[in-house]
Amino acid sequence: MEAASLNNVEVQAPDLDIDRTDRRVELLLGALASTILLLIAGMILFVLIKALPSFTHNGLAWFGAGGSVDDQLMDIFNSPADPADYVYHLRAWPLLYATVLITGVAVVISVVFSVLSAIFIVEFAPDRLRRIIEPVVKLLAAVPSVIYGLIGILVVVPFVAHHLISEDRKESVAYVIQLDGTSILVGIFILTVMICPIMIAIIVDALRSVPDKWVEGAAALGVNRWRAMRTVSLRAIRPAIVAALVLATARALGEAIMLSMVAGSVGFAPNPMDGFTFFLEPARPLASTIVDNAEGLSVVPFGQTMYAFAAILLISSAFLSFAGWAARKSFSRYTLGAR
Amino acid sequence: MSIDVRTAAPGPRPNPERPAPGAPVKLPGTGGQQQTGWSIGDRIGLAAAWFCGISLCVAAVAIVGFMAWKGVQYLHLEMLTSSPEASLDQSTSGGFLDPLVGTLILTLIGVGIAIPVGVGIAVWLTEYGRPAGLARLVESGVEIVAGTPSIVLAIFGLLVFQQSFMGVFSFTAEGGAVFGRSFLTAGSMMALIALPLVIGATREALHSIPRHVREASYALGKDKASTIRRVLLPSARSGIATGATLGMGRICGDTAIVVVLLGASMQTTPEEGFGGLLRGTGSTLTSYVYNNSPSGEGNAPEKAYAAAFVLLMIVLLLNFAVGLIGKRNKPQWN
Repeated sequence: MEAASLNNVEVQAPDLDIDRTDRRVELLLGALASTILLLIAGMILFVLIKALPSFTHNGLAWFGAGGSVDDQLMDIFNSPADPADYVYHLRAWPLLYATVLITGVAVVISVVFSVLSAIFIVEFAPDRLRRIIEPVVKLLAAVPSVIYGLIGILVVVPFVAHHLISEDRKESVAYVIQLDGTSILVGIFILTVMICPIMIAIIVDALRSVPDKWVEGAAALGVNRWRAMRTVSLRAIRPAIVAALVLATARALGEAIMLSMVAGSVGFAPNPMDGFTFFLEPARPLASTIVDNAEGLSVVPFGQTMYAFAAILLISSAFLSFAGWAARKSFSRYTLGAR
Repeated sequence: MSIDVRTAAPGPRPNPERPAPGAPVKLPGTGGQQQTGWSIGDRIGLAAAWFCGISLCVAAVAIVGFMAWKGVQYLHLEMLTSSPEASLDQSTSGGFLDPLVGTLILTLIGVGIAIPVGVGIAVWLTEYGRPAGLARLVESGVEIVAGTPSIVLAIFGLLVFQQSFMGVFSFTAEGGAVFGRSFLTAGSMMALIALPLVIGATREALHSIPRHVREASYALGKDKASTIRRVLLPSARSGIATGATLGMGRICGDTAIVVVLLGASMQTTPEEGFGGLLRGTGSTLTSYVYNNSPSGEGNAPEKAYAAAFVLLMIVLLLNFAVGLIGKRNKPQWN
């Protein structure tokens, strides 16, 4: 008897689904959720259409090097009012290079630092220290980028200018660029501080999800704690490390305010042949360029150029999300899931 | 101290040469050596892990300590109650009441939009999610929104809100050109920043509600819609609150959207007509700090430090609130 009544409930459950109000709620919520897809499609479409003139006028040379990018931007800004005479000439290489350079170096440093910190937090930190360090990570992740920028420009930049840049060094590159402390070194340093907490939080979560048995199994084989972490836990959480990497890269790519404050805001491509001076040279990534020129967006060709930068950022961040998803999917077949 | 099993095993062995005790043992097949104890590399790794952990704490203490020191030094109470004035002298350039109120307005608009939309999407994803393909698309869409730099959202917002039919949200000039910059337009883009956080936290909360709770509600004759409204959403309240608070933290700290979408003036300047304040422009603490830093136009580091300290305190309070919400109101299921 009991089984029969239970069965009745099971049979009735689909009936509830076709109930009319219920159906309406589902449609309403589904439509709401679909608007987010519309929004993304609209965003990509709008930005690309707006950006198109800048790309079509320059072709592939848009991505190349040639001339001073700041002078070119100035010419675009001062274009004649007649749409036929709009200036679009742009060689964006210094900005692209700065973006890749600052993001890349900061992310590489952060991966190493974050993995080590996460191992420390999960495995080696004494209990009292662990209780302090976990809120500390959350705190560092919550500090707004403009505060990092403020500390950077009022504390770190003067320090670099006074202690790391000698007169000789200034003179050695004086014919191309002025060294005043705002540099990719400071930019990379602060960016690293900013993105580490994001990565650490994800990696710590993942390390905690590694079954105790696996680590204990390794320990039972006579392997020490460090090796157990390195050979067992770290390998098990590879998808989470990829996820952390992707999130941090997206954050670093889009970081505009802090970098425009501390990295010099000069459209200059630092030259690796300069030795250590390379790190003291200023640069300006794409995102900072947009923020710095927010006032000029109403000048048509200039605005279109800015939207071209935005398009590059948008496409790379969408591609990053996709790459992260694909990597997690292929990894999670033989390791732990990302979360 | 580890014991090699094969050297201790009794009985005849194919190779009678026994290695000396403590000597590395060649393992058959792998060609490697058995690792015991702490090698130099292990010790370096351990030291590096300690170094990274400690330097994290040092960085946090340095940042908060430095900001607090500067904040106490430069922050005066009248700064919180007076408006910014245009002045070269830092002692007469006023306070930051307007930016403070601006931050508040923007945060309220942002989460005001993000909570209903985010909760709706999260409920659809976890409770309905049909067709499955669409659900997966929406999921990756949320991820893309979360990964989009805020500066890109900002100038996309400018593009959208400068269309002529969006004129109601901001100021329209004589010639019909729409300004596109106002609290409403900035706030709606801010909502996009908070949205992924609200969706994520709500989904997590909904996932943690066991199936039997839903089934109990169905058994009482409730349909899915009222189960969601009466049972699931009240249980997910703390999750929603967590997501909203995280979102508020992000909104408070975002500068790019404010710089692009809220105009350049430091004072709040309402438009005429209905909802003039929301359709007008202004500033927030972040844009105030940015403008008063050496890279901005104001260059008043003392004001920048004071405002940054207030901003940091707000963000830390929100952060603290997240922890509190998570600890207190979590429903317990058995």
